[in-house]
Amino acid sequence: METTPSRRRFLARLSIALSGAIAAVAGVPVVGFLVSPLLRKAPRAWRPVGAVDGFAVGETVSVVFEDASPLPWAGVTARSAAWLRRDDPGHFTAFSVHCTHLGCPVRWVADAQLFLCPCHGGVYYPDGSQAAGPPPKPLPQYPVRVRNGQVEILTSPIPIV
Amino acid sequence: MERLRRILEWLDDRSGLLTWTRHALAHPVPPGTGWWYVFGSATLIAFILQVATGIALSTAYVPSSGQAYESLRFISEQALLGRFLRGMHYFGASAMVLLVGLHVSRTYLMAAYKFPRELNWLTGAVLLLLTLALAFTGQLLRWDQTAVWSVIVGAAQAGRMPIVGPDLARFILAGDTIGGATLSRFFAFHVFFIPAVIFLFIGLHLLLVLRHGISERPRKHQHVDPVTYRAEYAALLEREGVPFWPDAAWRDVVFGAAMVATVVLLAVIVGPPHLGKPPDPSILEAYPRPDWYFLWYFALLALVPQNLETAVIVLGPLVFGAVLLLLPLFNKGARSVRERPLAGLLVVFIWTTIVVFWMAGVRADWSPDFAARPLPAAVVGDTSGVVVEGARLFHEKGCEFCHAIDGFGGKRGPELTEVGGRMAADAIATRITNGGPNMPAYARTLTPQQVDALVAFLGTRKP
Repeated sequence: METTPSRRRFLARLSIALSGAIAAVAGVPVVGFLVSPLLRKAPRAWRPVGAVDGFAVGETVSVVFEDASPLPWAGVTARSAAWLRRDDPGHFTAFSVHCTHLGCPVRWVADAQLFLCPCHGGVYYPDGSQAAGPPPKPLPQYPVRVRNGQVEILTSPIPIV
Repeated sequence: MERLRRILEWLDDRSGLLTWTRHALAHPVPPGTGWWYVFGSATLIAFILQVATGIALSTAYVPSSGQAYESLRFISEQALLGRFLRGMHYFGASAMVLLVGLHVSRTYLMAAYKFPRELNWLTGAVLLLLTLALAFTGQLLRWDQTAVWSVIVGAAQAGRMPIVGPDLARFILAGDTIGGATLSRFFAFHVFFIPAVIFLFIGLHLLLVLRHGISERPRKHQHVDPVTYRAEYAALLEREGVPFWPDAAWRDVVFGAAMVATVVLLAVIVGPPHLGKPPDPSILEAYPRPDWYFLWYFALLALVPQNLETAVIVLGPLVFGAVLLLLPLFNKGARSVRERPLAGLLVVFIWTTIVVFWMAGVRADWSPDFAARPLPAAVVGDTSGVVVEGARLFHEKGCEFCHAIDGFGGKRGPELTEVGGRMAADAIATRITNGGPNMPAYARTLTPQQVDALVAFLGTRKP
């Protein structure tokens, strides 16, 4: 059968359209899979970090808790930490361990009563406000509560300033 | 011998590969290209080294957030040649980053990106960015404590982007926090996606080199005019061209072999980078540092003024990318750096900046010295009384993290070895209680007696 110009044009367009469809069939799910962390609403959970009596009033200590719904193969990466202070017998404050400059882990230095960051030298006062260095914001705080004699921290995203 | 020749002939007849290879190897190149032209091929050799060692390592590496660390320990400590291969992969990566930097500097200095080689430059720019992406993701696959904190620091930087920042940060972390999904994704990007795109662009880059030929050494007063350039280049090759193989290629091979030998020697002698503490984000005794090739950027972020920081983090990479993409628009005119002094200065400026910041990053004076030891009695100069009490407080209250005295202590703040000679007692007391532009106020931390003791001690620090 003779191929007319219009038929040829139609066949070319058909082939291009089908190729595009193949690319879309492969591409859309791949891209969707890659960006799925953005679409998933991460759950949050209250995690116990220790008995109330285990914390001395006025002291700031690091506490470890597990993420809200860790993947089975997460291992130690499922852990998070916070700096917890018992301000008075019935009240706790939990600070993020992430420096607001670039997220490095701040350390509480009890004798100096300061949070210090090892990366670029950020310094925070005991209330989390900036004392020196590059941090643009105070240390964020995590929600904390007392339930049945246990101190509980609400798992939270890594603060992105 | 005869049989081999016939097999090769058959192969060439059916595939055309030998003829094509002979043609590619024999293509004429301008004379006198010299040692300046070896960096591109050496980058390619380093990449091939990375593919080979990377494939070997991937057969034992477990790309799981929970198990990668143990598999790395196995590779480093038990697997046959594992330590050597990790060393090769690390120093191969270092070589690739360094060589791609030298290659792009050379092509820019000699304006090899001008007509008709604009696409050579653009494909090369993509390869440069992909190499940096490989370097960053590769460092993270060494899934120890530093890698975990590097991911967080990377996400925090991405988070500074306007509008898309928070989403970008979540994309990098693969969620709200570090977790099971984080490492698998970096692994997939590092071993599949980025190398696949690199292969594609290396192919394009080499095809373009064959299509346009290697740029001739620039000469003063010899300007690129798109109307006449191709004819001039063809005439030059006709007149003085030499076959690429072996007249020019031998230098590529010699330099490449020296590079590989260096990588092997470093892998044997120095070995792979130390595997730090486990990737547990709840271990807060961390001292995150990027590998050497990003250390200068780490230093830049410590030293840039605070009000410019977000601009640097956001605009820096964008401007860098835009310059790379737009450069080929200036595709005519002088090529010799003697007629483009600004181009020469720019390259010197960039390399100097990187080296200076890199050295600052090695010292990292802005980091508090958490390991500062108490001042010895010989430095304190007294054995009892208020001065000794002040020296004790100087250590205990963290002053020494940032201030050095006689070589003891951090370098974050001014050295105080001779502070008693330049500041009066009341000025020292005010500074301690009220703090300074980059120093915490200690009014609420220290009692008046403690401030007095510190002032008494610091007052004795005189030339």
